[in-house]
Amino acid sequence: MLTSTLGAIGLDVQDWTFLLVGVSFALYIGIAIWSRAGSTSEFYIAGKGVPPLANGMATGADWMSAASFIGMAGIISFAGYFGSVYLMGWTGGYVLLALLLAPYLRKFGKFTVPDFVGDRYESRVARIVAVGCAIFVSFTYVAGQMRGVGVVFSRFLEVDITLGVIIGTGIVFFYAVLGGMKGITYTQVAQYCVLIFAFTVPAVFISLMLTGNPVPQAGFVESLGGEVGTAIAAGEHMGLLDKLDGLNEELGFAAYTAPPNEIIAHSGPKGYTDVFAITLALMVGTAGLPHVIIRFYTVPRVRDARMSAFWALLFIALLYTAAPAVGAFGRTNLIEATRDAYYSADDVPMPIEADPGDATGLNADTARTQAKVIPDWFRSWEDTGLIAWIDKNGDGRIQYRAGAPFTSATSKPVFASAENGDPARGVHGERLLVIDAEPGGAGVVPTDNANELFIDRDIMVLANPEIAQLPNWVIGLVAAGGLAAALSTAAGLLLVISTAVSHDLCKRTLTPNMSEKNELWVARGAAGIGVIGAALLGIYPPGFVAEVVALAFGLAASSFFPVIILGIFWKRMNRAGAITGMLSGIGFTSAYIAYFKFMGGTRDNWLLGISPEGIGTVGMLINFVVGITVALVTKPPSQETQDLVESIRVPKGAGEAHEMQVPPAHAD
Amino acid sequence: MAEPSTPAPSQTPRPQTPASPLGAPDASRYWRSNLRILGVLLVVWFAVSFGCGILLVEPLNHFRIGEAKLGFWFAQQGSIYVFLGLIAVYVVLMNRLDRKHGLRED
Repeated sequence: MLTSTLGAIGLDVQDWTFLLVGVSFALYIGIAIWSRAGSTSEFYIAGKGVPPLANGMATGADWMSAASFIGMAGIISFAGYFGSVYLMGWTGGYVLLALLLAPYLRKFGKFTVPDFVGDRYESRVARIVAVGCAIFVSFTYVAGQMRGVGVVFSRFLEVDITLGVIIGTGIVFFYAVLGGMKGITYTQVAQYCVLIFAFTVPAVFISLMLTGNPVPQAGFVESLGGEVGTAIAAGEHMGLLDKLDGLNEELGFAAYTAPPNEIIAHSGPKGYTDVFAITLALMVGTAGLPHVIIRFYTVPRVRDARMSAFWALLFIALLYTAAPAVGAFGRTNLIEATRDAYYSADDVPMPIEADPGDATGLNADTARTQAKVIPDWFRSWEDTGLIAWIDKNGDGRIQYRAGAPFTSATSKPVFASAENGDPARGVHGERLLVIDAEPGGAGVVPTDNANELFIDRDIMVLANPEIAQLPNWVIGLVAAGGLAAALSTAAGLLLVISTAVSHDLCKRTLTPNMSEKNELWVARGAAGIGVIGAALLGIYPPGFVAEVVALAFGLAASSFFPVIILGIFWKRMNRAGAITGMLSGIGFTSAYIAYFKFMGGTRDNWLLGISPEGIGTVGMLINFVVGITVALVTKPPSQETQDLVESIRVPKGAGEAHEMQVPPAHAD
Repeated sequence: MAEPSTPAPSQTPRPQTPASPLGAPDASRYWRSNLRILGVLLVVWFAVSFGCGILLVEPLNHFRIGEAKLGFWFAQQGSIYVFLGLIAVYVVLMNRLDRKHGLRED
């Protein structure tokens, strides 16, 4: 009813976006006021009162960032089979989390991940190393989120990126500082609902268009059908993925479902070693990320922690199983709609012989339809810079082929402006780029290959509603969903930073006599400073942020994971083993990453053919080997510590666990 | 999904009174059953992701599920469904184990 009334008034995309983003923000603020935190326990772990279902949703929103929401389907649609490393890596980690970490850490029942490391190994050094890792990993991550907020604002609402970041910061500041974990948890539940609805609606429609099946996960394994799919199949009965394999190969790409050329070039095992290593590093890194682990401290009982992990993966899987389908549909549609299409309808040549009596039935009209013209969305996304076209051969048609169409400093297009400031247009009406003759300038340098088309991979999610010709409100919904994904992750990360400072650094290390009230104020202050720091990184992004975020998993895998696992599963593991293990693991991993990412190492020198993205797996093994070896030649841990390990292995009495007598941290 | 066999049919019957704190032998029985469950589930975890999705992807691609190649499907869909199933089985088995040892929390 409301929809039809508003539709009759004629809200455009911008109005809808403002309306939906505004309503969702008001909702988050309302929840924050309702659920503000009154004690440190509420601020850090929501008073351990979160029901498993709600915790599962909150974990889903915590985990799925702007990159998952906007970028995932796009990455897969360009990487094909290789995109599987992210799908398996970022879901398989939850199995490790559920089976190996969550129940025991919940039984341990303190506030933070460094808490566990510090208490289990009776060591202030270990606690501080863990605090450093937690802050470093969380900060690089949160900067990317704030940037994501700015990008969504600028793309959908034509607000300046800086203003967008400031608005987003204001919202996060309000509910993270006021509500702590309790406020964050319940806003994340709302944010999960917004983001999953916003992802699913366009996914269902694009699945219907290409396969005739409304369930994307089912359409993914079916043949082409539906309105658009039937036209693409052109009378053949053909699997969607087979069609996409064929299209990719015609254009010079590797087949969509096959491993990429690099793997084939590295002949069999060597190439697969890297896929294996990256997947394992992402899985283990997921299980070692503090903002995810800490969510399992918020439930009442150990069995609720197990159940939370199930709900969390279910809610994450709803998006992660739809994303590869959206990626494949989007790519099929994109290739079909643009391949050899004319940019301008005026350029479509009329057939010279248009004989109505021709036995082939070919006349001027069908010739015109066979000569495709680009769809409308092509131009609107060209305006936002997500698509760019250089007519290298001057035929007025778009040639999409393998290879980059041009090179530039940022790998993104640089558009030219006319004298009056409007975009400069070419003979067909396309936006012109600034062309340089030599690399190193501000513009782009066209490559020698036949590819004329630049496509930003984010378009697979952002442009889907338009490609599927959905109503304006769906586009507004996608904007609200992207913001929900970015804000929820940012808030979870800020909480880790804030608790690391107020609890681990101040309360447990520097000023143990601080009152609870003061600790709460320090926590709020740290969250406030953290959010402002993140905003600054979002407005002035250092170039390395994107690289580091992807590599944070390797660092988490090679530092936290082995130490926590051994702390639970091997009573003999001791302080010396933990510290040497953590330092050697993270030291090796960061040195390898620094050498190959920033100091000019080439892939010919990769260890066993493993890329910097996958090296966390080797770092983790080093951590295990060094830690176990050192532990075996040094003294076993104290009886108190061994009793602590015994007690976290059984679920009963989780509520009192944090009252348990733990020896004070040794000053080592 | 094949459920791993319920642990420890060979265990000696124990008194039904909930024991808290557990005696040492009972706690170590509980822990051994826990490890057995973890072991079986992690083997499946490894087999579907690293096995079917990566190491065996090429041979499995000769088979199909619907119109999709099976190896590719495992890498992008099947493994995720199995992961979810594994956690579900884990929750059920551990809740059963908790009750058996009188460790279920109220």
